[in-house]
Amino acid sequence: MSVASVPDRDVLARGVAASLRRRHTTVRLGRTGIRFATRAAQVNAALVAAAVVAAVVGIMIGDYGIGLDQVGASILGVADDQLAQYFVREVRLPRAVCALLVGAALGMSGAIFQTVSGNPLGSPDIIGFTTGAATGALVQIILLDGGTLAVAIAALLGGLVTAAIVYGLSWRAGVAGFRLVLVGIGVGAALGAVNALLVVKASLEAAQTAAQWLAGSLNATLWPEARAVAIALAVLTPVAIGCSRALAQLPLGDETATGLGVRVERSRLVLVLVGVGLMGVATASTGPIAFVALAAPHLVRRLARTPGTGLIGSALMGAVLVLVSDIVARRLFAPTELAVGVITGSLGGLYLIWLLAIERKRL
Amino acid sequence: MTDARMGPTTSVPPGTSVPPGTPTAAGTAWHGAASRLRAERLRVGYGQSDDILHDVDVAVPEGELTVIVGPNACGKSTLLKALARMLAARQGQVLLDGQPIGTLAPKAVARRLGLLPQGPTAPDGITVSDLVARGRYPHQNLLRQWSARDEQAVVEALLAANVADLADRNVDELSGGQRQRVWIAMALAQETQLLLLDEPTTYLDIAHQVEVLSLTRRLHRSGRTVVLVLHELHLAFRYATHLIVMREGRIVAEGRPEEIVTADLIERVYDLPCRVVPDPVTGRPLVLPLDQDAAWVAGRP
Repeated sequence: MSVASVPDRDVLARGVAASLRRRHTTVRLGRTGIRFATRAAQVNAALVAAAVVAAVVGIMIGDYGIGLDQVGASILGVADDQLAQYFVREVRLPRAVCALLVGAALGMSGAIFQTVSGNPLGSPDIIGFTTGAATGALVQIILLDGGTLAVAIAALLGGLVTAAIVYGLSWRAGVAGFRLVLVGIGVGAALGAVNALLVVKASLEAAQTAAQWLAGSLNATLWPEARAVAIALAVLTPVAIGCSRALAQLPLGDETATGLGVRVERSRLVLVLVGVGLMGVATASTGPIAFVALAAPHLVRRLARTPGTGLIGSALMGAVLVLVSDIVARRLFAPTELAVGVITGSLGGLYLIWLLAIERKRL
Repeated sequence: MTDARMGPTTSVPPGTSVPPGTPTAAGTAWHGAASRLRAERLRVGYGQSDDILHDVDVAVPEGELTVIVGPNACGKSTLLKALARMLAARQGQVLLDGQPIGTLAPKAVARRLGLLPQGPTAPDGITVSDLVARGRYPHQNLLRQWSARDEQAVVEALLAANVADLADRNVDELSGGQRQRVWIAMALAQETQLLLLDEPTTYLDIAHQVEVLSLTRRLHRSGRTVVLVLHELHLAFRYATHLIVMREGRIVAEGRPEEIVTADLIERVYDLPCRVVPDPVTGRPLVLPLDQDAAWVAGRP
């Protein structure tokens, strides 16, 4: 009993079908079919290209400049220049890989938390998880005098415990996003005070180590750090992708999502665990790198013009942000290397402000 | 439309429950009227608070347009949410096709029963066709994200809800009535035979209310079983083929509006003296409230 007459109906139907296809691409194989927003895929491809370029440039430049041909040869292990091969394989490549992986982990973690909390501020560095990881690390550095591995484990534990506390305190017949953010900010502020107290009470030497760790830097990352983050990503990314369809439905609200067959509370819990794990591993290996988890999902959402926040896009954007920021951190006051966290904070922050300003003009 | 005999009984007679383990058997609770969705001695409440529903027995009659009415806080939305497994029962159970709804896989339920909650929120910047496509979620999974069937269902849903011409628009830009039709289209894309709508006309002006309700009537006439929660009695009585009247967490009356609605019933349920006359347009009952202070109350029979 349609209102439109038959030919009108066909014209309308064709128009709608065309509009559904226009902005999406579907890749079919037998009964399976993967569908994605075309523009988001283009943005992701551009981000992959940007990440590759940034990684190569990061390997080329330094106090000892290395040509493009030598970079390729060094990675394959057939470079004429032995010093170049050493720099590439043992110093700059692991650092670039680590920057890429840590950035991806932070970006994905931010996308998860912003969607789960339904709040653009719901990123782990705002809702206290990163501060909690820092508390764990500081306890290890200052009170227990632990080594690098012990500090990393303590940071991971600190992040997990903080997440459990924040999640538990915001639980009231389900977790509402707004409460999660408010409780997180409160817990984060309290832990920030604990961190400050720990540093004040520390010996000069320990305080210096702590300050270095707190700035978040890739200056000391080699293959072991890169490997640890790679393993964590290899385990957690498939879980995140498995939940990504439920994640995309959460912005519809709990009731609508439940009505569509999403296990809302269970998906939310699994996603929070994955997000904490990603953030925790990243922070454990480099210290807290500010702003990436907050900015990456926003940036990619604005570039891709999608309503939801893609996990893959956010991961790629995070990787590019950290890679580029690390190059700037290394070269801005060379030979003195800055902490990458200092740059991500300023660079990402400025870019986000600029984007928001543009957005505002358009509206 | 089925024309089952319905009287103003208050509850389902005992001993008519469907034995568990018969998934295809439809319930026969309502005086012979078939029912796929029913509640047995349902007791529901929020958090630590007292029960909102008190041992409610109800069966959604198959092929009818059921409207639930009652005063504020009578539990009508709570009943709808409990039927759609949004709220867990403290006692009793909700049965879908004879099985406790909580034991069924969430997506399997979502392929049989669609729910549109009150005042749903759309993600920022989503287009109409993308929002409607979200309704296909229960038919999809990670490897089967989009099929020709999905596309067809979305197109049909947009056409049925009369929002095909809005397909490329942003949901944020639409008027209240258009937005509500888009949400109904999303529920339609789910392709469920049962459709539950919680106050779909709230915040709409009268023209948009009629627009949304005539859409639900079209859906009912095309073979769906529809349940609505409504506030406006004149609209409820006009569109319902089956009426459920609630007060204080209990069902007070059930049946065809023209058979059960009396001035006495409305006064009992709403504490409002009134007169009930036939609607000059449809012949359905029309409630005319009697204001105690007004002079024309003198004319009350």
